Amino acid sequence: MAKRSAPEVNAGSMADIAFLLLIFFLVTTTIEKDSGINRKLPPIEELEEDVVIKQKNIFTVLLNGKDQLLVEDELMELKDLRTAAVEFLDNNGDKSCTYCKGLKDPASSDNPDKAIILLKNERETSYAAYISVQNELVAAYNVLRNRRGYELGSKEGFKDMSFVEMQMNYKDARFVGNKVKLKAVIDQIKLEFPQKLSEAQ
Amino acid sequence: MSKFKKKKDGGTPPISTASLPDIVFMLLFFFMVATVMRENSLKIQNALPVANQVEKLDKKNPVSYIYMGKPSSGYEKFGTEARVQLNDQFANLNEVGAFISAERAALREELIPFLTVALKVDRDANMGIVGDVKQELRKVNALKINYTTGVGDAMTNMK
Repeated sequence: MAKRSAPEVNAGSMADIAFLLLIFFLVTTTIEKDSGINRKLPPIEELEEDVVIKQKNIFTVLLNGKDQLLVEDELMELKDLRTAAVEFLDNNGDKSCTYCKGLKDPASSDNPDKAIILLKNERETSYAAYISVQNELVAAYNVLRNRRGYELGSKEGFKDMSFVEMQMNYKDARFVGNKVKLKAVIDQIKLEFPQKLSEAQ
Repeated sequence: MSKFKKKKDGGTPPISTASLPDIVFMLLFFFMVATVMRENSLKIQNALPVANQVEKLDKKNPVSYIYMGKPSSGYEKFGTEARVQLNDQFANLNEVGAFISAERAALREELIPFLTVALKVDRDANMGIVGDVKQELRKVNALKINYTTGVGDAMTNMK
């Protein structure tokens, strides 16, 4: 008997099947946004021990219902907020902070550890405006932390690395370098410029 | 019957489509890998604001999502004010605490302190509702929050 070769399967419709699947996945794909500003809420504690904070150590940022920005009771444009916050945090009024480069104005904050940014908003404030302000305040901290990162990094063997890059590298599994040391540097910077951002209703 | 048949001048030869499935499969695999199936279908408008000082949401830790925004078209009967959406339905403020408890119950115990609540809030929503939700979260001690934003210039938020 003659050997009958197996008939070839027609693969012509393969493309159609693949297209069908492709279109299904195209339609269902939503590339979810997974980035944002991390915050920690203060725990609820009824016992209010009155901590006396000097007025000069508080940097009040008020965002009113018409999305106007009032910084220390003065109207300010959003784009000026970052520099104002940096100046306030970096002021070093009591000259105890060796890494600050501020104006040493006695009428402004004592040192970064004592400086508190107080963010107030009203119920009518739009969320977009609120996020913009949050973003600028985080940016102000990051400006100072980055600057400190460059200083400390060159000493500790992480050359030309800003604070933000350090944090990214620390999370990156492919980073080649001493992660323990990097963590120590990150923690030190966080301690030197603590994010003291308080919110009031 | 010449041995050397003159080739017929039959125009251009057809393009082989044999590699078409390969190309399509390549695209298919890309989208399969990139696809994240939507966990919740949104009943509200949810255009996120943008910011440039963002951190990546750590997916290693559990994340719960709370959506806020105006009811989108088709759901006008729920009003024109911003509402909270939990899972697949509109919710009242007092349900936020129960929602967090339910999310926690689904987690392994050692992961519970790492639960992050991602707030996906429409850019046109008022801070009133966001503040209320934050207050509810404080009541149930869910303190790690993340304001989910797109990446872009924050100055463009305020117009």
